[in-house]
Parts: sequence; C-alpha cells; structure tokens
Amino acid sequence: MRSMVRTAWLVTRKDLLVEWRSRVALNQVLPFAAIVMVIFAFALDRFPGVPNPEEGSTGSLLETVAPGLVWLATLFSLLLLVQRTFAVEREDGALDALRAAGVDAAAVFWGKTIALALQLAVLEVLLLGTAVILYAVELRWSGAVLLVTTWLTATLGLAAVGTLYGGLAAGARGRETLLPLLLLPVVAPVLIGATRAVEAALGTGGTAIADGWPWVGVVAVFAVAFGAGGTLAFGPLIDE
Amino acid sequence: MASHPATTTTSATATGGAPPATSAGTATRATRLLGALTLVGVAWLLLFGLVLSPADVNQGESVRILYVHVPSAWLAYLAFVVTAVASAMYLFSKRHSLGWDRLAGASAEAGVLFMAITIGVGALWGRLTWGVFWEWDARLTTTAFLLVTYVGYLAVRRLGGTQHQRAKRSSILALLAVLEIPLVHWSVKLWRSLHQEATVLRPDGDVKMDGLMLFTLFVGIVAFTLMYVWLVIHRQRTLAAEDLLEDVGLDLAIDARRAERVAEVG
Amino acid sequence: MTVVELTGVVAVLGSFPALAGVDLTVDQGEIVLLRGPNGAGKTTLLRVCAGLQPIARGSGTVLGCDLATQREEVRRRVGLLGHRNGLYLDLTVAENVRFWGATIGATPEELEAAMVRMGLAGRLADLPVRRLSAGQQRRTALACLVARRARLWLLDEPHAGLDAAGRDELDGILRQAAAAGATIMVASHELERAGSLATRTVDVVAGQVSEAVA
Repeated sequence: MRSMVRTAWLVTRKDLLVEWRSRVALNQVLPFAAIVMVIFAFALDRFPGVPNPEEGSTGSLLETVAPGLVWLATLFSLLLLVQRTFAVEREDGALDALRAAGVDAAAVFWGKTIALALQLAVLEVLLLGTAVILYAVELRWSGAVLLVTTWLTATLGLAAVGTLYGGLAAGARGRETLLPLLLLPVVAPVLIGATRAVEAALGTGGTAIADGWPWVGVVAVFAVAFGAGGTLAFGPLIDE
Repeated sequence: MASHPATTTTSATATGGAPPATSAGTATRATRLLGALTLVGVAWLLLFGLVLSPADVNQGESVRILYVHVPSAWLAYLAFVVTAVASAMYLFSKRHSLGWDRLAGASAEAGVLFMAITIGVGALWGRLTWGVFWEWDARLTTTAFLLVTYVGYLAVRRLGGTQHQRAKRSSILALLAVLEIPLVHWSVKLWRSLHQEATVLRPDGDVKMDGLMLFTLFVGIVAFTLMYVWLVIHRQRTLAAEDLLEDVGLDLAIDARRAERVAEVG
Repeated sequence: MTVVELTGVVAVLGSFPALAGVDLTVDQGEIVLLRGPNGAGKTTLLRVCAGLQPIARGSGTVLGCDLATQREEVRRRVGLLGHRNGLYLDLTVAENVRFWGATIGATPEELEAAMVRMGLAGRLADLPVRRLSAGQQRRTALACLVARRARLWLLDEPHAGLDAAGRDELDGILRQAAAAGATIMVASHELERAGSLATRTVDVVAGQVSEAVA
C-alpha cells in the first residue's frame, strides 16, 4: 500500500515536472480558457455590463451565468489537459513502458489524477478571477467555505474522470476525438452541481448559501464514485 | 438484421448466441414464434391504442402517443440494465464468455433505438399537447444523456482489436455508465426541483389513466418488450456470426502465415 | 530451471496473426538471440514474454507465471527494452533515470552506477532527453533497464543507434547480467556481435520459431 502511494507520488511529481518544463498548460491551455471566457460574452450577452431588468437581478446577464461559464471553460480546458497528459505518455511509449515495468496501474491513475487536479485547480482560480474582471462578479466572504469545498471536490471529480476516460481514448490513432464524446456527458453532474453550488456561494439570483450544500453533496458523491471506479478500471482499460 | 451466409459452428466461441448451424439466416422456430407474437402484440396495441381506448379528458387524442412513448422509455431503461448486467457477467464470470459481450452490444443497439423513439415521440407529444418540442424534466433529460452515452459506447465497440479487447473495453465502459447515469438523473432531478414550475408541464403527469387506458399501456409495454427481445436475439446472432467469421478468418490467416514460412525456408 | 515455456502460442495484432503457433523453451542463464527478417514477429514474441501482448491461442508461462492469467506478475519480474525508449522527452536524463529507477525501487546509488556505466554521468545528465541523439537516448533507456536488475531481460534491437563503444558496453552488461543468473533474449540484426554473445540462436520466420542449425 505504501509503495502504491509512493509510486503515485512519483507519477504526480513527474507529470508536474514535465508541465513545468514544457509549459504547455501555462502557455496554451490557460490563454485558451481566457479566450473562451471572452467569447462567451460575444455569444451570450447583447448588452454586456448593463443590468438586466428582465432577469430581475441587479447584475448583467453575464454576471448571472458566470458560475456556469467558469465551469464550462473549465470543462473545455479539461479536454485539452487530458489530451496533453496522455500525449506526453504516448510520445516515446512511456505509458507502455510503465505497464511493461509492472507498475501498479491504480498508482499511475492516482498519480496522474492528482497532477491533473492540481493544474485544474490553479486554472479554476484564475478563471474565477477572470470572471470577476470580465463579468463583474462579486465574491463574498460568507460563501468562502462553500466555494472552496466546491472547488476541491469538483476538481478532484473532474480530474479522476478525465484521467480514466483519457486512458481509454489515449490509445491508437483516431481515438482522441472520442474523448469529448465520452467525457462531456459523464461530467454533466459536476457541471450542474458545481455551478449551482458556486451560485449559492456568490449569492447569484438571491440564492442562499445553505442551498449550495446539497449540490456539493452531489459533486462529492461523483468524485468518490469515479475515484473508486478509476482505481479499479484504469488498469484494465489501458491494458491490451 | 441481415442474414448471413451458411456457417457451421466448429469453434466454441459462441455460447447462447450462436446462429443455428447451416442455416441461411438467424431465424429459428423460437424466434419466428416470438416474431409472430410481437406482431400480434403490436396489432393489439394499435387496436386498443387507436380505437378502443378513450381520448383523454384534457389532452384529447394526442394522449394516444403515450402508448408508444411510455413503453419505449421503459424498454430504453431495460436495455440499459441488460447491457450493464451482461457486461458485468462478462467481466466477472470465470469463463469470460464472449456471448455476454455480444448480448451487451445487441442490447445497447436496441436501447439506442428505443431511446431515440422515446425522445422523438416525446417531442412530438409535447408539441401537440403544449406546443413545446422539449421539456427539461428529469426523465427526458436523463434519457437524452443515456442516448449520448450509449452512442459513445457503440463508438468504442467499433475501435477494433481482438474480440476480447473489445469486450473488456466495452464492459468497463458500460459499468461506468451504470455509475454515471444515476448521478446524472439525481443531479437533473435536483436541478429541476429548483423551479416550482407548473406541474402541467410533466409528461403523463396529469393524465389520469382509467382502467382501459392503463390496460392499453400494459399492452404497449408487452408488445414493445417482445419486440426488444426479438431484436436482441437476432442482433446477437448476427454478432455471433460476425465474430465467427473473424475467427475463421484468423484460422485462415494463421494458415497463410505458416505457409509463408514454408515458402521462405523452402 | 525453465524461464520461458511457450506452447502453440498465437498472438494477434488487430486481425493479423503476428505469431502463428510458437513453441519455445528457454532455460535460466541462456542468452538467446532471436534473428529473422522484418515482420517475422520478433517484437511480438518479446512482448508476449514480457506479459504485454495477450495470447490468442495456445499457452505459456514466464518465470513460473501463466501468461493467460498472471500477466501482471510477469511484468513485474521481466525487464523489457522495446523499440521506443519510454522516456519523457522534456525531462533530463537524470530525472528520467531517477523516475524509472524509483518506480521499480532502485536506490540512488544503483541509479548513479547505472548512469556511469552507460556514460551518462556528468554534463549529459542534466540535458533534456529531447536534445540527445538517438544513441544517447537509447543509453538512457538502457540505464533504466540495468537499474531494474530483472531476472529475465528482453531486448528488442538494443544495439540500434549505439556507437561502437556503446555496443561494447552493452555486451559487457549483458554478459555480466547472465553471469549473475539472469536470462536474456535479444532480437537483433547485429548477427555477428549478438551471435558471439549468445549461447543459442533461434530463427523467427513468419510467426514461428525454430532452432538455428549453424
């Protein structure tokens, strides 16, 4: 068991080190996510920055849907990050070599999941900041605990699911395009739950903070379910 | 549901799914009987659904669409359960018999069909009754997700590789779907409950089904179930024939490869 | 002691039978040279013995573990050097060796020794693998393999890309490993060099094997 944790930690460190060297997430995925946030405004809001009386709120449309947009941008970025992490493994046959060395697949799964989660977490914080700037979102202290909890559970759930399905789609050519088709339906509960929870944390549309906690429950169950599922299924899925 | 040329089952690849030996199709006496029963069931459904059962007080004649919509929804979920159970049987049984995997695949294909019918007919019904094609209620939305998930599942089945590779991959995916779909349903239900919208907008929500209508619904369910079983049996047999063809092809390929060596070594 | 025992093994890639019925027995301490034309199935044979490639027909055991049911155990005991090196191109040589060594439980001293052995210590160690030549990358992969100290070594064209000094070094390593009790299977086109190294030669042609006469 301890060696499994150690192996997972080695894999996490290795993934983060690769990212640190190549800076792909930093230089490509992050700007992509930011651009997505901007073009959401183009597509969705006729009068950005203007209060929307029909909505019955004092904020603009963008401010109202900001939590959803942040998570949407996160999901799109997740697709890119997953593709990237498995492309690194595929480049010189490293994942194959990991399998050949008899390294515990569950350890590899958790190692990659944690590394992915860490990158995703940073991305989400920055996206929230972007929302504050672009969509005039206002944060409040009272929602901080809810916000942080949502952030942690959702990120873990997304990373686990992404690594699992990424392993499936990582194989031969022609599989990469499968990833969005497989992944996006699966992450729907996280999208619904995390968005509602963040809405509660921010008080969007008058939502009370207490309303957010059931949603965190949904997301947490998701994270546990796919954490367990991934631990069991990752090995068989990447095996031949 | 095409028929395949005559094959003799020599290899033991198919259990409970092999096409009958030396036949020109996938039909047997049992399935012909089943098919006949299905036709009878459908005829009954048409009779009761279109003629004998009354129109609804509120919705008029358009309630008759329910007699297709509800049974196909039921079958969609049944197909999903069958795929999941068959996948589990493949993964966790000692023999890892491919017959289970073929059952899972056949059921998934039938399931996609019924899911599409459910959504399509439901859209029609919604349009006729309340003027909207789509309604974001929990059941309909979950069915849509089920549809997309199974389209993905079918795509993964086509990824190639050996039959056991395909089976392992798909079975795992099917079991993950079992994990995912309840979560989707739960979150969508919670989501919809946020809105205290008029309970009018709920499929078959306010339709008070009297005795005859309930009976018609029952007939519909029975007829559709028979249809499902008939479809799955035939599809599984075609899949078994395809797998057999592949195996025979492998035998031929092995022989050809061995012949290569004789040619080379001389 | 029998290390590898294959009976009637058929291995399929997609729908192509790369191995079309292989019978092979390898005892401990042997250095087996697998020779044969491209496409004969040498790589697939090595991957079967490494527990990576599943068997479609037939049966086999490697190091006492059944290839049908215990591939995981096989992998843990076997060291494979495949066509590709399995390195992380953005990481340095040292980081790669450290990662691979750590995942298999080698000590830092063993890793250092392996790197020195392969001529990778010093300036080279801190270069990203991407910037190395093919031969240097191969050496890095070899260092990882050496650190593994497996009981069965499977090498797929290990000499490819190495310069003369590297090849001599590799031969030395293999002889040393065999002397220490490891069993080695090498697929190679370097017939002279590998031939002098090997205790036994096996011809692989069209997915089948036979003992070489000469």
